[in-house]
Amino acid sequence: MTHSVVGRGASAGPGGRGASASERRETPGTVICRLEQIRRESGVTALVEGEAVAVFRTYDDEVFALSNFDPFGRASVLSRGIVGTLGEDAVPFVASPLLKQRFDLRTGVCLDDPAVAVATYDVSVVDGVVVVGARRETIGS
Amino acid sequence: MSSGAPHLRKQLVVIGHGMVGHRFVQAAIERGLTETYDILVLGEEPRPAYDRVALTSFFDVGAEALSYLPTGEYDDPRVTLRLESEVTGLDREERTVSLADGTTHRFDELVLATGAAPFVPPVPGHDLGNVFVYRTIEDLEAIREASKGARAGAVIGGGLLGLEAANAMHQLGVQTHVVEMAPRLMAVQIDDAGGATLKRHIEELGLSVHTGVMTELIDGDADGNVSAIKFKDEDPIDLDMVIFSAGIRPRDALGRAAGLDIAERGGVLVDEQCRTSDEHVWAIGECAAPGGRMYGLVAPGYTMAEVVVDTLLGGTAGAFTGADMSTKLKLLGVDVASFGDAFGAAEDCLELVFADAVAGIYKKLVVAENATGGYELLGGILVGDASAYGVLRPLVGSGIELPENPEELILPAGRGAGIELGLPDDAQICSCNNVTKAEIVAAVSEGSTTRDGEGCDSPACVTKCTQAGATCGSCKVVVKKIVEDHFASVGKVVDTSLCEHFAMTRQELFDTIAVHGYNRFDDIVAGHGRGRGCDICKPTVASILASLLNHHVLDGANATLQDTNDAYLANLQKNGTYSVVPRIPGGEITPDKLIVIGEVARDYGLYTKITGGQRIDLFGARMEDLPAIWKRLVDAGMESGHAYGKSLRTVKSCVGSTWCRYGVQDSVGMAIQLELRYRGLRSPHKLKGGVSGCARECAEARSKDFGIIATDKGWNLYVCGNGGAIPSHAQLLAGDLDDETLIRYLDRFLMYYIRTADRLQRTSYWMDQIGGLDRIREVVVDDSLGLGSELEAAMDTHVDSYFDEWKATIEDPEKMARFVSFVNAPGTPDPNITFREERGQIQAANNDAPVSLGTTIPVGAPR
Repeated sequence: MTHSVVGRGASAGPGGRGASASERRETPGTVICRLEQIRRESGVTALVEGEAVAVFRTYDDEVFALSNFDPFGRASVLSRGIVGTLGEDAVPFVASPLLKQRFDLRTGVCLDDPAVAVATYDVSVVDGVVVVGARRETIGS
Repeated sequence: MSSGAPHLRKQLVVIGHGMVGHRFVQAAIERGLTETYDILVLGEEPRPAYDRVALTSFFDVGAEALSYLPTGEYDDPRVTLRLESEVTGLDREERTVSLADGTTHRFDELVLATGAAPFVPPVPGHDLGNVFVYRTIEDLEAIREASKGARAGAVIGGGLLGLEAANAMHQLGVQTHVVEMAPRLMAVQIDDAGGATLKRHIEELGLSVHTGVMTELIDGDADGNVSAIKFKDEDPIDLDMVIFSAGIRPRDALGRAAGLDIAERGGVLVDEQCRTSDEHVWAIGECAAPGGRMYGLVAPGYTMAEVVVDTLLGGTAGAFTGADMSTKLKLLGVDVASFGDAFGAAEDCLELVFADAVAGIYKKLVVAENATGGYELLGGILVGDASAYGVLRPLVGSGIELPENPEELILPAGRGAGIELGLPDDAQICSCNNVTKAEIVAAVSEGSTTRDGEGCDSPACVTKCTQAGATCGSCKVVVKKIVEDHFASVGKVVDTSLCEHFAMTRQELFDTIAVHGYNRFDDIVAGHGRGRGCDICKPTVASILASLLNHHVLDGANATLQDTNDAYLANLQKNGTYSVVPRIPGGEITPDKLIVIGEVARDYGLYTKITGGQRIDLFGARMEDLPAIWKRLVDAGMESGHAYGKSLRTVKSCVGSTWCRYGVQDSVGMAIQLELRYRGLRSPHKLKGGVSGCARECAEARSKDFGIIATDKGWNLYVCGNGGAIPSHAQLLAGDLDDETLIRYLDRFLMYYIRTADRLQRTSYWMDQIGGLDRIREVVVDDSLGLGSELEAAMDTHVDSYFDEWKATIEDPEKMARFVSFVNAPGTPDPNITFREERGQIQAANNDAPVSLGTTIPVGAPR
């Protein structure tokens, strides 16, 4: 099938202009991989405009993108952490594989130390392909 | 201090380095007495203080395990310990002591802690060869030597120590006769009915008990060794050795010669501060006689030691006013306890007795009516089942009124339901270390912290913090109950949940998964948990599934459950790279394999270091390079060393009998066999083993979860040791095993641990939790739960299904897909990975912020 998004940067994936019925955004982004290449409740590392970005897929197939850099351990590892949920609201999180601090996948805020947060990125799934967009204005970091 | 310097600091001399002398020095250091005193300790024995109470276990565990001071010196430089120093004179005028070696030492204060000596009655023949006493490690060494050729022996004395000695003789394989002059065993502690019950137990074990018998003569052979023992009204017995254990006498000769007041029945007479008739001389322990009475137990000696330290510090509160002579012990496997007014000496007291001759149980409570018409406990005797001791003993003297039906206290469980007892705050729970209920509650109360700064939240932690239960352990049941009751009273739910997703312990989770036959996390969390799991429960489930099924940890959805290191079959390091450790079973490796390891390290620019487990760690591997590194190692005949797993790591070995001139067994061969048998076995915590080829223990096996030490007859198996932050020595589970039995016990032990331990609970803590070494021995050696064959079968399944995870990964394209730097740029290395160089090799480095490829040229390992 053809991919209906724009790919740029270091993406190795094919690109193309267009929009699906559900994803009308024209935002350019980096094609990462097909959604099924990311196992449920795990992450992959992607190269987005020269930066290492961790892209996660949750149990109910939501995708999130965070900087792969763990600010506590100061290493590029977050995509390799365990993904789960916390609390009544089932907050999706990843636990750093280094020292296990947990980060909210939606906001990048560290759940163990809210003063610390990692950058998040726009991310979407278009026709089964994961696309990471712009880095969001981060909070608290 | 140099000889010319003025003696500004005061000198304190302690004579005797036994349990009480050692306790005195410890207290002196801890409480600051060494700020003003230099302490010289003069010990007569060739070794520092050791646990004489546990003397019999010397045969099982050796001298080092009993030692209180294995290094032979105290941490405090103001304390000097001199061993093999016999004090021959005390000059009170000059305030000096003189030694057998001719030296003299001045003192400002002198503490006598010379202990007691075994009493040997003047029976003709008491000085023959192979006649022993039972007091020191040297005595036991001599007894062991004599037992080698002996068929039969007698222990003269059927008291507490005599039965200990009989136990030792019996364990050494000598047909044992216990000879007691009194009409019953343990005449001081228990009554006739209790003595009869105890006698039946002991005879069932194959020992002969002769009570009410007077020894007339010990006969010798031509070599001057004992050959027979003759009695007044009974047939003589032929035998090859005799142990006298007919009581002890205070060693008060030094004080006596120096003119100190001596008690009528022996012992240096002291006041309530343990001060002798000379104000600068003190006496503590068995050599002392406070109020004219000597105490042959260690707890009163400890109290005396504390009292003297307190007084020397200027305190006035400390006083020794008598001691609780309650006793609980296991003699030849039989529980015996005696406490309070055991013989009903008080006026108008009543006795409640429960006896079950078939089961060999005898229990007696002595009670008296109080002013309000209720009953209070005065004392009691328990033989065959002393489990109620912990609850009963604190009741004595507490003023607590017994429940309506006090017989419930001694009826077997099931007939008398457990009854609730309210202990007063000042009830002494641990008599060895004098810990009250209030102190235990304080330890677990809100806001209290341990020495590590953590909250104290469990009975095991209370024992560490307060010492309650740390010596004889008999009060541990009560400690646990007090802690649980306290938590219940403050509404604290003692949460044993694994995490917020599973309201069960690891063991419960293990059983649940096993019973349902689950193999997917999704089914488990949907059926028995909530949410989608976390970094605690997911690896736990992964470990349990691996223990039960032994599938590849990266199979299917299980890959996302794995902890950091398991997820990539390598150890994540601080800069995001991995270390790789191939298995080197038993530390044995061929030159060819060694060369391959070197070549791989060189070609991938890896930092190499020898590990503590006798293998080689290769650091700095990029995740995407791992499969290629593994392939090189696998092609050379190597496999994963599971250094990344909560699983068996290594079985360390010394070189053993194949090369070493001291080795008695092939320790390397055994280590390799064990490492290959248990490789890949997932467990609650990492597991380590060791095998030493002789008693020199060069493999440091006793610092491992399982340690095996060769004997000339086979193998001794030690379990539940560890190094790390809080080291503990492994303890002897069974001795002189053949290869087959050793492996059977190890299979059972390891599987039992894997099934019942908490997450990340090392074997030593697990042992404390499930009921100690005795409990493990019951399950593993005696097979009391009938689980033996099931545990062995589980291990056989593991062994049969073993495969190398590295090899299986590089052969599977689906698993290989994960090993890329960037999913959308697999050829580009992660620029964040940084190294620096030190001593000619790379070292991990970190960056303060993410490194962008756009702005920075990556600095990588040489490729």
